[in-house]
Amino acid sequence: MSATEREAAELREKSRMPDKAQLAHYYHQMLAIRRMEEALAKAYALRKFGGFLHLYIGQEAVAVGALATLKPEDYVIATYREHAHAYAKGMTAKSIIAELFGKATGCSQGLGGSMHLFDASKNFLGGYGIVGGHIPLAAGTAFASKYRGDGRVTLCFFGDGSVPQGAFHEGVALAALWRLPVVFICENNLYSMGTPLYRSLSVSDVSQKALAYGMARDRFDGEDVVRVHDRVAEAVRRARNESLPTLIEIRTYRFRGHSMSDAGLYRTKEEVEESKKRDPITFGRELLVRAKMDEKDIVAIEDKVTAEIEEAVKFADESPELAYERLAEFTYKE
Amino acid sequence: MRTVAFREALNEAIAEEMEKDDRIFLMGEEVGHYDGAYKVSKGLLKRFGERRVIDTPIAEGGFVGVGIGAAMVGLRPIIELMTWNFSFVAADQLINNAAKIRQMSGGQFTLPIVFRGPGGSAHMLAAQHSQSTEALWAHIPGLKVVMPANPKDAKGLLKSAIRDNNPIIFIEGEVLYADQGEIPDGEYSIPLGVAEVKRPGTDITLIAWSKMVKIALATADALAAEGIEAEVVDPRTIRPLDEELLVESVKKTKRCLIIEEGWPFNGVGAEIAYRIGRRCFDDLDAPVERLTGADMPMPYNHHLEQQCIPDVPRAVTAAKKLLYLE
Repeated sequence: MSATEREAAELREKSRMPDKAQLAHYYHQMLAIRRMEEALAKAYALRKFGGFLHLYIGQEAVAVGALATLKPEDYVIATYREHAHAYAKGMTAKSIIAELFGKATGCSQGLGGSMHLFDASKNFLGGYGIVGGHIPLAAGTAFASKYRGDGRVTLCFFGDGSVPQGAFHEGVALAALWRLPVVFICENNLYSMGTPLYRSLSVSDVSQKALAYGMARDRFDGEDVVRVHDRVAEAVRRARNESLPTLIEIRTYRFRGHSMSDAGLYRTKEEVEESKKRDPITFGRELLVRAKMDEKDIVAIEDKVTAEIEEAVKFADESPELAYERLAEFTYKE
Repeated sequence: MRTVAFREALNEAIAEEMEKDDRIFLMGEEVGHYDGAYKVSKGLLKRFGERRVIDTPIAEGGFVGVGIGAAMVGLRPIIELMTWNFSFVAADQLINNAAKIRQMSGGQFTLPIVFRGPGGSAHMLAAQHSQSTEALWAHIPGLKVVMPANPKDAKGLLKSAIRDNNPIIFIEGEVLYADQGEIPDGEYSIPLGVAEVKRPGTDITLIAWSKMVKIALATADALAAEGIEAEVVDPRTIRPLDEELLVESVKKTKRCLIIEEGWPFNGVGAEIAYRIGRRCFDDLDAPVERLTGADMPMPYNHHLEQQCIPDVPRAVTAAKKLLYLE
């Protein structure tokens, strides 16, 4: 995109500031994801569940803005840091929290846990635990859409840590070669686990990988949910209307560690505090104030979220677990 | 009945199923314009077009993953691996995605997908191109492993594999492609998980699959010349395994030799021997014996290679030892 085109796009972006209801929807989603994960962190500390817990706190505007561009029939596939994408695709806090608690009422009946949230009815195709391993699957769902001509778009999320993986390059290369309707979104939070970007990638601009595959690309900061929506919408339109893939790098930051066991010694407290000044949720609230939403209406959203998450935790707590006798039926389809 | 080559039987199975169901497509290296590295897909591009017969670049991890993704959302892919030796670069897709997505999703997603291609040693292809991979795949719950020994089984089993709603590892013996055999004229299929007695006998059971069935049958002929009647049983599907037919045979003959091309340690034959030992403990007149590939990477040299693969003389000797004749 040339400088002029970029300017034009930015002007368009400004003129297209969403209405109050849409901003309220974004704020609700981002806040619900934040509160849900805070509740999960608390429950984890209380040992209500175990395993790995990778929090998305700080990155909420990316999942919420990006998924707001989709139709219900579109596909989303993500990594093990996928609670937010699942929620933003329409899954309930109840089904997500119950899954992390290992309950039969969870979205994957307690068989997947935090890293493997799935919901076929919402076209949420799962969270995956092998870094980059799901990227070829996204090319596959997009291949199926093109094969059937069903007009669906696939959104594939992954971190900067996926970019050195072969699976990333193979998936992206095939999508470009076969002109598949997929948007690859690299959520670059600057660290692959504890390794900073400059020690894992020779070129820090991830979006440049698209050049080698002859693919459209974009790159921007991800704290503004409206910007994320508008820029991803361009790529979704390209996929839907022209059957062309896009690689988008969204620069973001996770406020918490890689997982719950991460002591965070690889980055300074100052750096983390500095990043919190760009909290997407604080910014999302500001947008509502700027849009002249009454304070009491904003507080009403916040109260609603609190109640939603409290109810979901209670639901998960009280839910039953799957009986061992039923486990075998999930290995093979009869 | 009519006589066709093993590769033609596979081709017929794919073509007939593709004709009936638009969700089925064939994808892999050289499957289209080149007509297949081993000509299994000969003529399919011409018949079904580029939408359904898709040439891929050399990127197994990529296109195996594409197949899995497509299967998740309702297509029924047949993914050809030029040989199973190349499957290891796609191992993460096969093991972590194909085998596990159904269970991890609480049964929401099923994967009707066939991964197929040649396996086992051929002739002087050396270590990286001469591997029997069935023990690796059969180890993994969530996968089914199918290994036909003749054209009739190849067509019938591939049809069942394509119609199955699970990920299937379908291994075709590389040296079997030109083998001729009789197949039924009309529509037929052979269910997965059903073994077959390839030759009835009374004195010893020889268990073998894929190309080792030929060795077992030739061994039985050699033994017959000495008045020993061997029963040859072919499981045809390694997983699920038709344990009942194997046990039934051994209970009758009281002796069992397993002939497999793969490596001995943790081999498929080790599992079968364990199951027979447990189920036939009181019936056996000798310990279950295995004749396997040599426990080392395959050498290039022709004579050395031949000594690393089970053959008839060694199978005859092993069988006679079980009969206390040597």
